[in-house]
Amino acid sequence: MENTNEKELKVSALENGTVIDHIPSNRLFTALKILNFESSKNPVYFGTNMSSKKYGSKGIIKISDRYFGREEINKIALVAPTATLIEIKNYKVVSKYTVETPSEVQSFIKCFNPKCITNHQAVPTRFKVFIDDEGIIKLRCHYCEKTTTQENMVFI
Amino acid sequence: MKNRSLISINDYSKEEYIKVLDIAEDFEKNPRQKILENHVIATLFFEPSTRTRLSFESAISQLGGKIIGFTDASSSSVSKGETLMDTIKTVANYSDLIVMRHPLDGSARWASEVAGIPIINAGDGANQHPTQCLLDMYSIRKTQGTLENIHIAFVGDLKYGRTVHSLVIAMSEFNATFHLVSPEELKLPSVIKKYIKDAGLKYHQYTDIENIMDKVDVLYMTRIQRERFADPMEYERVKNSYILKNNMLENSKPNMRILHPLPRVNEIEEAVDQNPKAYYFQQAKNGVFVREALIASILGLK
Repeated sequence: MENTNEKELKVSALENGTVIDHIPSNRLFTALKILNFESSKNPVYFGTNMSSKKYGSKGIIKISDRYFGREEINKIALVAPTATLIEIKNYKVVSKYTVETPSEVQSFIKCFNPKCITNHQAVPTRFKVFIDDEGIIKLRCHYCEKTTTQENMVFI
Repeated sequence: MKNRSLISINDYSKEEYIKVLDIAEDFEKNPRQKILENHVIATLFFEPSTRTRLSFESAISQLGGKIIGFTDASSSSVSKGETLMDTIKTVANYSDLIVMRHPLDGSARWASEVAGIPIINAGDGANQHPTQCLLDMYSIRKTQGTLENIHIAFVGDLKYGRTVHSLVIAMSEFNATFHLVSPEELKLPSVIKKYIKDAGLKYHQYTDIENIMDKVDVLYMTRIQRERFADPMEYERVKNSYILKNNMLENSKPNMRILHPLPRVNEIEEAVDQNPKAYYFQQAKNGVFVREALIASILGLK
């Protein structure tokens, strides 16, 4: 694949901002949506299906001049439990950690139960997050008490 | 329990339920006490449920309380497009406590978050109906003398039966042994079985009702609805095998009692009503005492 004649598009290193690394390749676009990057005014770089020593393939997001609260970033643990968060200031890594599954999530996932009040009236959704015996992430609706599993998650 | 809503069977502790049952016992001895004379209670039935509504209204009336409300959504501003939140906030200005029934799952929880006054859930869609569970517990304790170590059979639709789910969860706190009798397609969901397992208790599953008759203290019957079956032939095949008849009760234990949340269609033959082991009409009556006790507790009057 080495071809010195081919023009290479370089993504510059961040001066200040956040790198979200080790996102499963097929979850990159969902992660962008969950973090509401669609409406971001900051420069955002992202790539997917990139080679990863650890996971074979991965996605990565870089955003300039933005940092996240743990609560906010932990949302993406629901779709990207392996993601690592790297905070950069003056080109230097100042912190690095793996996201953690939040215990509760609000307002950005739809309840899977069509008869749930949250699907009929302007009620913000709210779920308790738990991991079942087989390691599958499940969300229990605070209102209808029904469970939405990972594969049925729809993001609002 | 003062000023606390009751939305789901998990909202109160075991001790709190027992306290409500104890108070209900006093009301059974003396059901007419004018302790609600200075109170207004709203009964908001966004979908009709005559039995539950009359039971609540009887309880409130026997305590001397005033009732405001509606009996179905078409006679309220809901038909003009008002949101549940607005209806609840408005009615909360007019009353001390709201009893509500609503067709959507989770509606009662939402109402309890916006009302500012306590809510009693009288059924939210397929989700919860905690006062039914309380009256079932009351009936078990009354007929068996205890809630502990009971062998209880659930018969019929264990998959969709909301009352079954709540009672299984509640009885898991009291060291019960569960005998689950249902057609294959209507077995108890695994999320409910998990409560039994987590409590370290045993359950046995059967498809034939005859297998459990000599084993159980409580026989909890439910209705099997045709619309639950994908295959109508399958419904025809199973429907008659879950009809309770007097001759099936011959080997049952002397203390055994038959419960049913009602309404009954044909799953208990009318001849069984005369059997001393039939308890379902008394069970419905107990609902009034339990609701009196719950309302009095929430309003801080008992």
